[in-house]
Amino acid sequence: MKRAADILIVGGGIMGSSAAFFLQRRGRSVTLLERGLVGQQASGTNFGNVRRQGRFLPQLPLANRSRQIWGRLGELIGEDAEFLMTGHIRVCYGKDQIGTLETYATKAREYGLELELLSQNALRDRFPFIGPEAVAGSYSPHDGHANPRLAAPAFAYAARREGAVVRENVEVLHIEKSGEDFRVETSRGEVFQAPVVLVAAGAWANRLSAEFGEPVPLVARGPQMAVTEPARYEIKPVLGVSTKIAEEGVYLRQIPRGNVIFGGGNRGPAFTDSKRAYVLPENTLSQMRQIQRIVPALGSLRVIRVWSGIESYLPDDIPIMGPSGRVSGLYYAFGFCGHGFQLGPGVGDVMAELIDTGATTTPIEPFSISRFA
Amino acid sequence: MVDPRVVVVGAGPAGVRASEILAAAGLRPTVIDEARRCGGQIYRQQPENFVRAIDTLYGTETAKARSVHAAFEALRDRIQYRAETFAWNVVDGQLHVESGGAKAALPFDALIIASGATDRVMPVPGWTLPGVYSLGAAQIAVKAHACSIGRNVAFMGTGPLLYLVAYQYVKAGANVAAILDTSTIAERLAALPALTARLDNVFKGLSYLRHLRGRHIPIFNGVTPVEISGADGKGVTSVSALRRGGRRLEIKCDAIGLGYHLRAETQLADLARCAFKFDLSSRQWLPEIDEDGRTSSKGIYLAGDGAQILGADGAEIRGRLAAYAVLRDFGHAVPDDTVALLRRQLHRIERFSRGLARAFPWPSKLVEALPDDTVICRCETIRAGELRGSARLKGAWEVNRAKAFSRVGMGRCQGRYCGHAAAEVLAASAGVPIEEVGRLRSQAPVKPLSIATSDGAIR
Repeated sequence: MKRAADILIVGGGIMGSSAAFFLQRRGRSVTLLERGLVGQQASGTNFGNVRRQGRFLPQLPLANRSRQIWGRLGELIGEDAEFLMTGHIRVCYGKDQIGTLETYATKAREYGLELELLSQNALRDRFPFIGPEAVAGSYSPHDGHANPRLAAPAFAYAARREGAVVRENVEVLHIEKSGEDFRVETSRGEVFQAPVVLVAAGAWANRLSAEFGEPVPLVARGPQMAVTEPARYEIKPVLGVSTKIAEEGVYLRQIPRGNVIFGGGNRGPAFTDSKRAYVLPENTLSQMRQIQRIVPALGSLRVIRVWSGIESYLPDDIPIMGPSGRVSGLYYAFGFCGHGFQLGPGVGDVMAELIDTGATTTPIEPFSISRFA
Repeated sequence: MVDPRVVVVGAGPAGVRASEILAAAGLRPTVIDEARRCGGQIYRQQPENFVRAIDTLYGTETAKARSVHAAFEALRDRIQYRAETFAWNVVDGQLHVESGGAKAALPFDALIIASGATDRVMPVPGWTLPGVYSLGAAQIAVKAHACSIGRNVAFMGTGPLLYLVAYQYVKAGANVAAILDTSTIAERLAALPALTARLDNVFKGLSYLRHLRGRHIPIFNGVTPVEISGADGKGVTSVSALRRGGRRLEIKCDAIGLGYHLRAETQLADLARCAFKFDLSSRQWLPEIDEDGRTSSKGIYLAGDGAQILGADGAEIRGRLAAYAVLRDFGHAVPDDTVALLRRQLHRIERFSRGLARAFPWPSKLVEALPDDTVICRCETIRAGELRGSARLKGAWEVNRAKAFSRVGMGRCQGRYCGHAAAEVLAASAGVPIEEVGRLRSQAPVKPLSIATSDGAIR
């Protein structure tokens, strides 16, 4: 039995789910197939950063567009996924790193992102919980954080309310183009047909792009996340470190119920076959040392849980997004290298615009899959 | 062949007996234990400066307690013993431990996990009031702290521990208001054939019962708990339940010991990636083991109630069998007839324990009538209604999915106390068999881990 839709989306992470929502909003019929449950892997297990500063500069227009959507989630999809505009601070430990923050702030301004540079004293006056090792900080007042466990499912359920067919526990086994349409076979024995396919399958996307002659050097890794017991809600902004040393690159946020969530530093192993990723104990111990450099008071708390998920990385640390270089009607949005959560709603909006109109007003050329051809 | 590095987690009856066999074979196992002194939960020792006589503490079990303690003391210079140390993770042949803030990784070739069990709790409205304790906690209070949890204590739940703890309270001079058991006499009679596997234990249980009746402690069977009531600033004031036939019963009390038999502490086995199976008899997920305690993960062995709820005698046997399994797997000679005898004894205890599970069944049906505002997960204050909503509205009846959406099991206890009840709420709400809602995936740390690390090296 064949099922038809205008657009078939493979993968129900935040990219696929938000694309489904925005395509339905544009009046296009969407079928979304998810091999597990929506928002379960990278989209659901990441840190929850809604951060623009520090990104690859040509990605800022996309990040800005996404940030607009984060602020309107309630009106768009009926829930805010606990998004809070708390601000985001990147601190640095060495005087030499201050220049890096300054240069970034100057260039980011050209993309419409206003950052405020804070001296050591200003930093500690305004955010007294920050430790003495931080010699300067870059403050992005309109960034913030959200709950990753809620965001992608919220988009998927909203897409469903808009009329999309969202199917969970359906794995895509094979896609081929026959005539004008793609023919998609699933693990349930069903065959779907659509003139447009969007592959948003995260760490599992490479197998599908390779079927169309576009393999990419995608690597699966797991973020190393942890959460503490609750404490008084004091740390409003998200905090991160600007550094060239991998271990130092940790980040943390506190949620209003009091728990402090942290991650960063080295990554852990992830296995796409068994769908499991693991936290290495040495990474947790290293993070525990590093977060106390940012906020020394965290030493008095205890970690109650760690977790990981399956993210996909590319060697140049930027995603694949846009049309196929070889097959018309085929689109990609995957490989977000551990920084896709903030971009998610924007990626969905841009992919919907691109698929619906044939072009997008937001530049995404640097992310073309053709760079690996 | 080089001797294997063996680490034993737990110094209760299983851990002690395992260490004894290993040391006798000339190995020098490392034994880590959360408590300050050996004995585990069942043979927990009072602090050194407490002077109560040993038979006051252990009653009919005095000889066994004394034997386990003595066996461990005799081992002290042949093992490496780390008291007050807890294992928070196990990855790739290393056990990660913490003691007083200091953290260390212990490499092993074989790991025997004898992590014991905790109370199994069925929520009831009011169960989070001050003055409500688990049966195990009530027992720790009287055994280790020489305290009663209240002046007038009611015990509610089911299982042998319900009567044992009530008996211990009466013996210690506490006022016991009543015992409310959700299981029925008929269930216990139906279990009798299996229980005859250990007649001595049946008689022991009956003697506790006789003693309680002799003191005119009211005992109610087949009750349906309704609620625990309390007053501001005073904690518990009463507990009410429906008797068989529907008449309401209210017992005035200022503290409650609550528990429904036990649940195995299986997080370390899960972190060691051992395979699990659903055990219908006890309605809980347990690691898959062979009769000697080998798991599906190479080098990981289980013993005691952390493997299967068999009680202290079963734990001693499982501890010995696990140690013999380690010795055999690493090329040591093992006395086959001893192992065969231990296995026969184990089978008898297993039969008895299936009988206990039938005599004092986990009252899973109670979740259906729990009001929506009853707290299920007390760490995160998640109520029954939120779980039911997550199952119905979002289709999230798989327990890890429900955790992601509702936060159930996300708090300090990591679902160790609420997990079973939460799974029952989800299964009942979605109308699926309990085994289909799955099992909460364990994540490190097994218990909360301090972020500050003390500078001193771990002892």
